Amino acid sequence: METSRDDFIIAIRSAFLKKGTKQRFSLIVLLFFSITILALSKYNFKGISLLKVGLNEIVYRASFIISAPENFIINTYRLTMSHINLYDDHKELKKKYKALKAENLSNNFIVSENIMLKSKIEDIVDISSEILAKVLVDKQSPFLKSIIVNRGSKDKVKLGMAVLDGDFLIGKVVEVNYLTSRVLLLSDLNSKVPVSVEPNSIQSILTGTGEKFGKLQYTQLESFDLNNGDQVYTSGSGGIFKSGIPVGEINIIESKESYVLFHSNFSQLRLVKIVLYENIN
Amino acid sequence: MSLTKLPFSRKLLSLGPIILLYISVLNEFDFNYLNLKYFSFNFPYILIFYWSLKGEGRLSYVLVFFAGLINDVVIGLPLGISSVTYLFICVFAVYLRNITLRVSLIKDWFFFLFTILVINSIFYSILVVFFNVKIDYYNLLFNVFYTFLFYYFFSYIFGYYLNLLRRTND
Repeated sequence: METSRDDFIIAIRSAFLKKGTKQRFSLIVLLFFSITILALSKYNFKGISLLKVGLNEIVYRASFIISAPENFIINTYRLTMSHINLYDDHKELKKKYKALKAENLSNNFIVSENIMLKSKIEDIVDISSEILAKVLVDKQSPFLKSIIVNRGSKDKVKLGMAVLDGDFLIGKVVEVNYLTSRVLLLSDLNSKVPVSVEPNSIQSILTGTGEKFGKLQYTQLESFDLNNGDQVYTSGSGGIFKSGIPVGEINIIESKESYVLFHSNFSQLRLVKIVLYENIN
Repeated sequence: MSLTKLPFSRKLLSLGPIILLYISVLNEFDFNYLNLKYFSFNFPYILIFYWSLKGEGRLSYVLVFFAGLINDVVIGLPLGISSVTYLFICVFAVYLRNITLRVSLIKDWFFFLFTILVINSIFYSILVVFFNVKIDYYNLLFNVFYTFLFYYFFSYIFGYYLNLLRRTND
């Protein structure tokens, strides 16, 4: 019994302390380094922040280059599939186009009326800056959903700016480097956005689930009047995003949970818009 | 003269595992784009464990440490957390190497499962307790499961590569 315990201690001690002929440092030294970096990054130590900014700039570019062959294969596959489905897509789009054309006419009137009413209540109506950015890295980890774009503080990107794919909200800027930024997608578990569900104007918080849909939270049960197909827009609460940016539509309603299918496909982002909403008045 | 006998080819071959590790952390190839629910696996865990166990010191711990830092930057995790997990994998693998008298793939495989369960528990606890980052527990659990399954498959490929390396060094 005593011998086996001694063997265990010797093996563990050797694993931590023994350097080996081809190693420069023992594992215990490197573990100490890693834990120190981790602890310092927890308290936003300036040296670690600088190290991170430097690493970000180099690693994001390197990752973009390294991912090029894989991205080429994925894009070729998607392109082939879209060609195969071309005829069906065309028929479907033609049907949708007719319906949208009719809807657009009535929307034009509502939009102009809305702008006029918003100016009365001094809501955020104006985009003060809009930056087009290319997605450098979209390796969405199974745990964290974010993308890296090729615009940073040099291009006047600021923390918290909204990021759109076309007209649809996809996330917000959570990390700004000199030439690049990280965007936290709406599908991430840590993302929370105040939203309004139309047509009943139900206020709620949309949180990510790690999947391609989000979940509505803190919806008051008394006003629980949601239906499949109801549209979800940003509510503008908190003042980060303007109200009325389309996010998605209610897709599944379970007993007390409602899930929102995002309008944008987060796995196929290539170019995005980074926008800052401010009330210019 | 065969290609593998040339000094440059030999050097490149011996650097193969570390190059593969850096490509995998920079590229994160985990087949996420297949959109299979819960399907993902951690290739760096497999690679680091195998080459620390069998690689006869070919996998430099310093380079593993830097690979961890790069992984944190690419995924957006707190800086240092992947280095800690990768180095702990090295510790477990070296420990297994020290206590192993008779080599068995099945034993290695199940020790790998034990290792990644412990490592991911540390990873999850640090993220949730100290950094307040939410991660899906089921995703992590399935990631462990698939990583465990894939180890068996990759150990054959790495085994073949290791034999090739040994032959070129003779």
